[in-house]
Amino acid sequence: MPTVYIPSLMQSLTGGKQTVQVEGSTVRQVVEALEQSYPGMRARLVDSGRIKPNISVAIDGEVTTLGMLQKVGENSEVHFLPAIGGGSHNRHGG
Amino acid sequence: MTTTAYEPNMVLVNETFDVVGTRPIRHDGADKVTGRALYGADFDTAGLLHGKILRSPHAHARIKSIDTSKAEALPGVLAIVTAKDLPTTKAGVIVDFGEGNMELKYLRDNILASDKALYKGHAIAAVAASSPHVAEEAAALIDVQYEVLEPVLTAPEGMKEGAPLVHEDLKTEELGEKTDKSSNLASHFRHTKGDLDQGFQEADIVVEREFNTVTVHQGYIEPHPATALWNQDGRLHIWCSTQGAFVVRDSCAQILDIPVSQIRVVPMEIGGGFGGKINVYLEPVAALLSKKTGHAVKIVMSRADCFEGTGPTPGSYVKVKIGAKNDGTITAAHAYLAYEAGAYPGSPVGAGGMCVFSAYDIDNVVIDGYDVVVNKPKTAAYRAPGAPNAAFATEQVVDELANKLGMDPIDLRLKNAAKEGTRRADGPVFPRIGCVEVLEAMKSHPHYSAPLEGPNRGRGVSIGFWFNIGLASSCSISVNDDGTINLVEGSTDIGGTRASIAMQAAEVLGIAAEDVRPSVADTDSVGYTAVTGGSRTTFATGWAAYEAAQDVKRQMIERAATVWEVDADSVEFDKGAFKSKTDPELSMSFKDLAGRLSSTGGPIVGRAAVNPQGAGGSFAGNIVDVEVDPETGKVEVLRFTAVQDVGKAIHPSYVEGQMQGGSAQGIGWALNEEYYMGEQGQMTNTSLLDYRMPTSLDLPMIDTVIVEVANPGHPFGVRGVGEANIIPPTPAIANAIHSATGLRLERLPMNPGAVTEAGWKQRK
Repeated sequence: MPTVYIPSLMQSLTGGKQTVQVEGSTVRQVVEALEQSYPGMRARLVDSGRIKPNISVAIDGEVTTLGMLQKVGENSEVHFLPAIGGGSHNRHGG
Repeated sequence: MTTTAYEPNMVLVNETFDVVGTRPIRHDGADKVTGRALYGADFDTAGLLHGKILRSPHAHARIKSIDTSKAEALPGVLAIVTAKDLPTTKAGVIVDFGEGNMELKYLRDNILASDKALYKGHAIAAVAASSPHVAEEAAALIDVQYEVLEPVLTAPEGMKEGAPLVHEDLKTEELGEKTDKSSNLASHFRHTKGDLDQGFQEADIVVEREFNTVTVHQGYIEPHPATALWNQDGRLHIWCSTQGAFVVRDSCAQILDIPVSQIRVVPMEIGGGFGGKINVYLEPVAALLSKKTGHAVKIVMSRADCFEGTGPTPGSYVKVKIGAKNDGTITAAHAYLAYEAGAYPGSPVGAGGMCVFSAYDIDNVVIDGYDVVVNKPKTAAYRAPGAPNAAFATEQVVDELANKLGMDPIDLRLKNAAKEGTRRADGPVFPRIGCVEVLEAMKSHPHYSAPLEGPNRGRGVSIGFWFNIGLASSCSISVNDDGTINLVEGSTDIGGTRASIAMQAAEVLGIAAEDVRPSVADTDSVGYTAVTGGSRTTFATGWAAYEAAQDVKRQMIERAATVWEVDADSVEFDKGAFKSKTDPELSMSFKDLAGRLSSTGGPIVGRAAVNPQGAGGSFAGNIVDVEVDPETGKVEVLRFTAVQDVGKAIHPSYVEGQMQGGSAQGIGWALNEEYYMGEQGQMTNTSLLDYRMPTSLDLPMIDTVIVEVANPGHPFGVRGVGEANIIPPTPAIANAIHSATGLRLERLPMNPGAVTEAGWKQRK
């Protein structure tokens, strides 16, 4: 199962757990599985069916541009990170 | 500690190439050196009008009224626009540009202020007239009534309870959760790894310091130009200087509320960007003026406009605390990063948080980042945005730890260096990286062991990390019957990327770099391509060229098979020639086969669109010698060595140029450059005479050492090279100043006044 690293500011939803393992082969499935086990997760991560603008998803260390559609491997690490620019549209460097 | 013997360039890439790694003359060289290359300000067309923007004289003010009647009456004035000419915006609408997002109201308000002026220089209105002089005179006749408000100018000020609010409706967000309280604090994030308290308990020595950096500008030599023609058929044409034509198209579509298909953006040659030419400023305004007048309208910024009306990089407050054992093992690190976003949310504090400790393998880390709006221009990217602010703090604290532990500062860094498998505090695990190799190259460089003689002289070192990005790129290649190829790509060429992209296609096809004709296309003529930024172009658009060339190769193999009346599977391409795998007599060069395309089925066009991951991070390190004048505090850089892991240098001369350019900008940031702000938020040094960027007379020869630790995520091992090099100069110079004087400089710039003041404090 993929391992999800829970950001410290969201660990109140997981009872302090820093990592959890959930089923899922896409980010969408991982988010739904998180919501099942830890209610409130979806609302923190998703808006109108998409990852919130100020959050990035990294799979195995690579930030994805596919959002909820990104495939997740059986042994993948999933990280939810603050989007780098925090709302700017030039967040990736100069 | 093992070190490798010094070599001018450390090549750890085993594969050899015919074109990649050579130094051909750039394809756009003749146009550039003869002055024939066309830049945005050169653009002209029939009936062209000239625009001028009126900007706010106040850093924070409510706009009570705008009276344009006197300006409209001036002969030669054809149109005036204000924020009322922009589409109405609902609050909370987020626009997605594929590689980032921004609230639409903020995006539009930064083009023309609707209710409040949020920084001195904020655009309020614009005029189109028959000449630039009439436009300027008319702009001065526009009567704007303001209610002047108290400005907030730094992140710590903005975070104070009771600080004036830049946006009354802004609520703090903490990773998807908003608070109810209005605040200048737009967002807060925290990265954690291990147990910070336990880590500090294990430490024998702890160093903690606070640092401040001020606003600086990218300083591109070409001020922003833009011309727009809103044609009678409804299509909008834009000619501008940009790092990303598609970002201009998409931004204008959102700001003006028209489909992207109605906009064509033509990227002209670009006179520098460094991150500052990604956002749009003039283009939507010129478009509105063109729509009103029916003419093309050109607006060109002055240098003062660039300083006050575009996006500099933020000032910041950074506190770093690091603990280590007596043997040099770093046990814990904590960073508090508060960055100025400028007038709207979106500072590069997130990138600062990613990079602040990423050169080190530390078990226990907490990183807190705060994005704070202030009454200054909305910050934009500037070469490794956010990372230099953080490294200025971390690398000085590491230096102080080395001093107190009695360790060589490079040995301390090597002992704790990040390597493949190291987990960063923000989560990801490093793939193959070159941090150790860069440090070893620094340690074994003759500069590091050279005697440093004379009083008031010191040597400093530092290292920095930038993560680099991939993103989307498109490319097409058509084969000419003389054996050359035309390569069309969408990445604007800032630093020689026509050459570095063309060379990757040439390598695949076994032809010379000179046999490629690269051109940068407009948004109607090439597939979507993200910005030239994030050190991505040679990596990602180079990859697109590699794939397009592979497509050409596959089609050419089929043609060779047609000519020889054999199966395509029996044909191979090797060293620039098509060969039969079974009949050694059957062989044809690329050029020979290209000459037979018309008789074997017609033209061949290869194409590719990529969106690669695996950009691979880049590490850069500096060794710097300085001499400090004890009377005036002036710092002279005596010797400067820049070392960087570049993966594979496609064109080593341009890699060296990037390293020297980033170093020069870092030296300017370290010693001189700053927005010198008045108490009411007015920048008081808005010319390059007063905003002191280094000239060639201020700089030593910057020696470069290319380290090549191949990036496994790229066909040729490329890592982006454009940004990491600006990170180490400020702390390396600070550490050198400390070595020379014993003074620990905690603010930028370290100009004569700052050094002298630090000396006074030390003597008290």
